[in-house]
Amino acid sequence: MQEITNNRANPLIDPSLHAWHYEVPAYLFLGGVVAGVMILTGLWMLWKPNENRSRGFSLASWASPVLLSLGMLFLWLDLEDPWNAWRFYMVLKPTSPMSWGSWILLAIYPASILLAWAGTPVDIREQWLARLPLRSQIEGVGRWATENVSTLAVLNVTFGALLGIYTGVLLGTMAARPLWNSAILGPLFLVSGMSTGAAFLLLYKLADSERTLLSRVDMGLILVEVGLIAIWLIGLSSGGAAAREAAALFFGGPFTAAFWTLVVALGLVTPFVGEWIELRHKIVPGRMTAGLVLIGGFALRWIVVSAGQHSGWVSDIALR
Amino acid sequence: MAEKRYGMVLDTRTCVGCSACVIGCKTENDVPAGYVRDWVFTETTGKFPNLQMTVRSERCNHCDDAPCVSVCPTGASHYGPGSTVQVNPKRCSGCKVCIAACPYDARYIDPNKGAVDKCTFCMHRIENGVPTTSCQEICPTGSIAFGDLNDPNSEVSKLLETREHYTLAPDAGTRPKHFYLK
Repeated sequence: MQEITNNRANPLIDPSLHAWHYEVPAYLFLGGVVAGVMILTGLWMLWKPNENRSRGFSLASWASPVLLSLGMLFLWLDLEDPWNAWRFYMVLKPTSPMSWGSWILLAIYPASILLAWAGTPVDIREQWLARLPLRSQIEGVGRWATENVSTLAVLNVTFGALLGIYTGVLLGTMAARPLWNSAILGPLFLVSGMSTGAAFLLLYKLADSERTLLSRVDMGLILVEVGLIAIWLIGLSSGGAAAREAAALFFGGPFTAAFWTLVVALGLVTPFVGEWIELRHKIVPGRMTAGLVLIGGFALRWIVVSAGQHSGWVSDIALR
Repeated sequence: MAEKRYGMVLDTRTCVGCSACVIGCKTENDVPAGYVRDWVFTETTGKFPNLQMTVRSERCNHCDDAPCVSVCPTGASHYGPGSTVQVNPKRCSGCKVCIAACPYDARYIDPNKGAVDKCTFCMHRIENGVPTTSCQEICPTGSIAFGDLNDPNSEVSKLLETREHYTLAPDAGTRPKHFYLK
């Protein structure tokens, strides 16, 4: 037998760590969507710079700064001392992904807003300019943006990729939590973010050709995501005792049902099959599959954040 | 003289798990109700009647390679005097990333400060010439030793030289400075 007692009962720490609740997964999810929107709209502008886009697609880039602000609001709500948030911008610490991540967030605003402006149809821009103050200054900046749209597109793809990877690296660099401590988490969250970004774009009113292309891209991303999840779990299952115990959280442990139903079945397999049927029968992709991808993307982050906090070195300590 | 490198040694043969260290620390450091900076871990193994019990008083390990310091985005968690790990509450935003990064779950949010807190190795005492930490001073069995690991004549160095010892979760790679005598 082995019996352990511990008279520590610190709130948020015991009986197992639960310091991060819904706010951090919500931020990671929205960060992923923003990364996906930035990369996909940026690539589209580089790929087909002169092609007419639907009105919905032209306005889609505005989602980046809006959703990022919402994500940062969640991050801010998670802070115990939110009025001390400015301290993030007093330091740039290379060893802290949260530190360089907070600086990336700042860089994303000008890049995404300028690209969104450049992509907005002229008549809508004119309507906005008529209502905005500092018209001439905004017009000047807007003119620069439209003249440098390819540079802005490259910046959006770059910052989007950094943002998407960072949301995974933030967790992946923590050796204390064996479930998170994998280099796969960066690429996994990036690909998942791109998939949710494509799904988010599919919620707009787009041209049929745009919907079909985004749906195909999403199918490819889902396949890559499934592969990365498999590699991640194989890595954990074949690792040391702490890693194997972490993997067991999804194989018979308390997160098994949630992970396999919400993330894998509902968020990956079902939308992939739905998109495949749409493609095969030449049906214009709708919003149902996109909604499932978004639910799955959020579930992935919520479950990974929650389960990761359950994983640790406690058993290792107990076995001494 | 080499720079000081403070560490703690706990004798698991003499620790009886009375929790006096917990009370001493809470009183000395004004730790809020419901929270502790140190705690008593008890493990019983074996098959009745051949049972074995290990009792340990545990706290922050003041790691030489502390992940809480590496991940802190504001510099609130830092290496302090004697290579100890300290928190500057004025710089802390309470993002809790250090809590997640600590393999020992040694940190918590102090609700009164709105900032992360943990064992300081009683640096406010040590820096002011008091040679003991509060847990060490109150321990009725003298199981806790504290001192400079870089000083070969310190009690901690002598104990580590003469007794078999271990650290917690060495595979986490943090190089803890809290040692347990077997």
